[in-house]
Amino acid sequence: MEAPDTTAMGAEEFWKGLWKENPVFVQVLGMCPALAVSNTARNALAMGLATLFVLTASNAVISLVRHVVPKQVRIATYILVIATFVTLVDMGIQAISLDLHKALGAFISLIVANCLILGRAEAFASRHGLGASLLDALGMGAGFTVALLSLGAVREILGAGTLFGLPVLPAAFEPWVVMLLPSGGFLTLAGWLLVFNAFEQRRARASAPEAREVPG
Amino acid sequence: MPSAPGTLEIRTSPHVLSGYSVDTIMFNVVLALLPTAAFAVWAFGLAALVTLTAAVASCLAAEWLACKSSGSPSTLGDGSVVITGLLYGLTLPPACPLWITAVGGFAAVGLGKALFGGLGQNPFNPALVGRAFLQAAFPVTMTTFTPAFGAERFTTLPGTSLAPPFGRAEPDAFSGATPLAAWKFDGELAQTSDLAFGLVGGSTGETCALLIAVGGLYLIARNMMSWRIPAAMLGAVALASAALHVWAPEAYAPPLFMLFSGGLMLGAVFMATDMVASPMTHTGCWIYGALIGAVVVVIRIWGAMPEGVMYAILLGNAASPLIDRLVQPGVFAPPAAESAR
Amino acid sequence: MSAQPAPIVAEPPPPTWPMLRAMVGVGLLCGILIATTFLATRPTIERNQAEALQRAVFDVIPKARSSETYLWLEEGRFEAVGEDARREGPRVHAGYDAEGRLVGVAIEASGMGYQDVIRVLYGYAPDAAAVVGMRVLESRETPGLGDRIETDAAFVANFEALDVSLEPAADGAMRIAHPIEAVKSGSKQNPWEIDGITGATISAQAIANILRRSSSDWIPRIQQRLDDFQRGES
Repeated sequence: MEAPDTTAMGAEEFWKGLWKENPVFVQVLGMCPALAVSNTARNALAMGLATLFVLTASNAVISLVRHVVPKQVRIATYILVIATFVTLVDMGIQAISLDLHKALGAFISLIVANCLILGRAEAFASRHGLGASLLDALGMGAGFTVALLSLGAVREILGAGTLFGLPVLPAAFEPWVVMLLPSGGFLTLAGWLLVFNAFEQRRARASAPEAREVPG
Repeated sequence: MPSAPGTLEIRTSPHVLSGYSVDTIMFNVVLALLPTAAFAVWAFGLAALVTLTAAVASCLAAEWLACKSSGSPSTLGDGSVVITGLLYGLTLPPACPLWITAVGGFAAVGLGKALFGGLGQNPFNPALVGRAFLQAAFPVTMTTFTPAFGAERFTTLPGTSLAPPFGRAEPDAFSGATPLAAWKFDGELAQTSDLAFGLVGGSTGETCALLIAVGGLYLIARNMMSWRIPAAMLGAVALASAALHVWAPEAYAPPLFMLFSGGLMLGAVFMATDMVASPMTHTGCWIYGALIGAVVVVIRIWGAMPEGVMYAILLGNAASPLIDRLVQPGVFAPPAAESAR
Repeated sequence: MSAQPAPIVAEPPPPTWPMLRAMVGVGLLCGILIATTFLATRPTIERNQAEALQRAVFDVIPKARSSETYLWLEEGRFEAVGEDARREGPRVHAGYDAEGRLVGVAIEASGMGYQDVIRVLYGYAPDAAAVVGMRVLESRETPGLGDRIETDAAFVANFEALDVSLEPAADGAMRIAHPIEAVKSGSKQNPWEIDGITGATISAQAIANILRRSSSDWIPRIQQRLDDFQRGES
């Protein structure tokens, strides 16, 4: 079931991950890193980019080998591929910044267990060609990164009065410590989901005006 | 919660038995809280007055907003929000900045009540949800207590009260530790009589244990509140702390100190008895109260925080549906038949 | 539907050779990738780690201009780790000034904080018989409250001169004369006391406990074996 890689379809593969099927705000996947390491914008961005890399690289490899891997061992193969790229990211981040590695802690290794990645491998990359798989992974990864960044930005601004470590609010601002704690992750995620769903509902109502008359 | 005929539409305590109108109940709960609130104003002066006012006002505003945005009829008039606001205000430190009080009021009604479906749907006591949110968000402010009976309490507001919105509140140079904190961290034991008469520092409405108990007894006497929950809760605290105190008197505080310090009395009488968030059966009430009491003792003695009534009640709230399931008899089975397997 | 049980249709046997080929092939590929990256990043990672350690050591021993790591050996002496950085064992980091004189020893210690284990590095200066610096390496204390053990300048200043002088114990061994202890904020009176933090009592207490335990282990050892740290050259 090879999908023809026309430009229009390719663009669609990319954009669906950013908005219509956003991994965090619509599919609600990968919650563990999304909640745990979105306490500052920097951590959120790093985690998002790390996931983007692992997703893209493993999607590409899995798409390439999809014809030679028998279905009985496909999950084992996916995990092997994903774990490899996670290990690469882990070493890469250590080489770039030890502080960042310390801040992200075990959550880098836990990218392996991010259901988003295995989900894309099984649902998309194993059935589509290299081009489509790459676009899908880039879109989903970008969507994940944007979602984490929006969580991280809100949490860092409210929780510490800074963004990417730079002060954005007056020094007299009283930080909301709860935003840096795990419960702040849940609160912020709930807030964003509220915004996202309200927006989607409004759009759905606008595109189908007759549906509005249905009594609730 | 099934709304049987005769179940009144009120959300916070007391446990209501049918036979009274909403107005009567509300009037009586306010009456029962009045001595505590009045004492708070006497002990902490203007600071307590503005804190209580701001707490009630913010809860009312949040309720109005929630009703408006969800399109449901306004529930401002039934008085339950006023009581939520009053209880919430009584749990705050007296010099709490007014903007923080307002944020917590919105968290109490918004997170604790509106998001769960409003009136009668709250799994947790809304007043405590607001307090818990503030505890997590502004831990320093929430644990900075002004001492009671300051000399200028009726003429000046503490600087923290009027901190600009979202601005930092620099605590005054002189802040007092609560009796529980003094005991936990410095091993200083307050006089039981001081605790009972409220001559100590603490949250706005928690200091005078006797007046709170009087309010509770009044409601119980008028049959407007379940006496089982406070009895079980205070009993559990007294028993557990008495056993520990007898075993090692130097290491563990005496039971009277445990009973009259911190927010235990306020929590047992007015918070844990929230009729929506507490179990429905009599047996359930006993288990629920005892569970909260036990958790209070555990947190106070072995926990990192000096006080644990708030978290204990919230945990009890979370457990109450389970407790109800546990003690409910089978639909067609008399209790005896159940054990015959 | 027949009355007889349906004959069991045998699943086609799993394709052994393709399975083997796929797994081994992918595994090999992954192995090569990991090995290559490991070799490529290892020098950078090790340099980063060494630099971070050195920064921390200079931080807690302000006079130090160079440092060297020493292992504590079973037989009761310190030995320079030297080139073989991967040797395991309890270790300390000696700091030297520009002339190569020993100015302090940095010791790593850890213990339970309010949320999780706190790891600290502190510097001990033998001539002053005092702790001269402390830095939190790792902690998950509550932001804005417990993390004031790192951010509160007044608290951190406690560790610029914290007395840990030794005295002979009854059995002839040396021990710390006045074990480090945390006191209520603003009530520090003796050079071995740590002025606590209002609102973060537990975290401040935890730091005091970590330092007290670690210093009573290490400082008598270091003081007895000071010669081990003298640099032969210069």
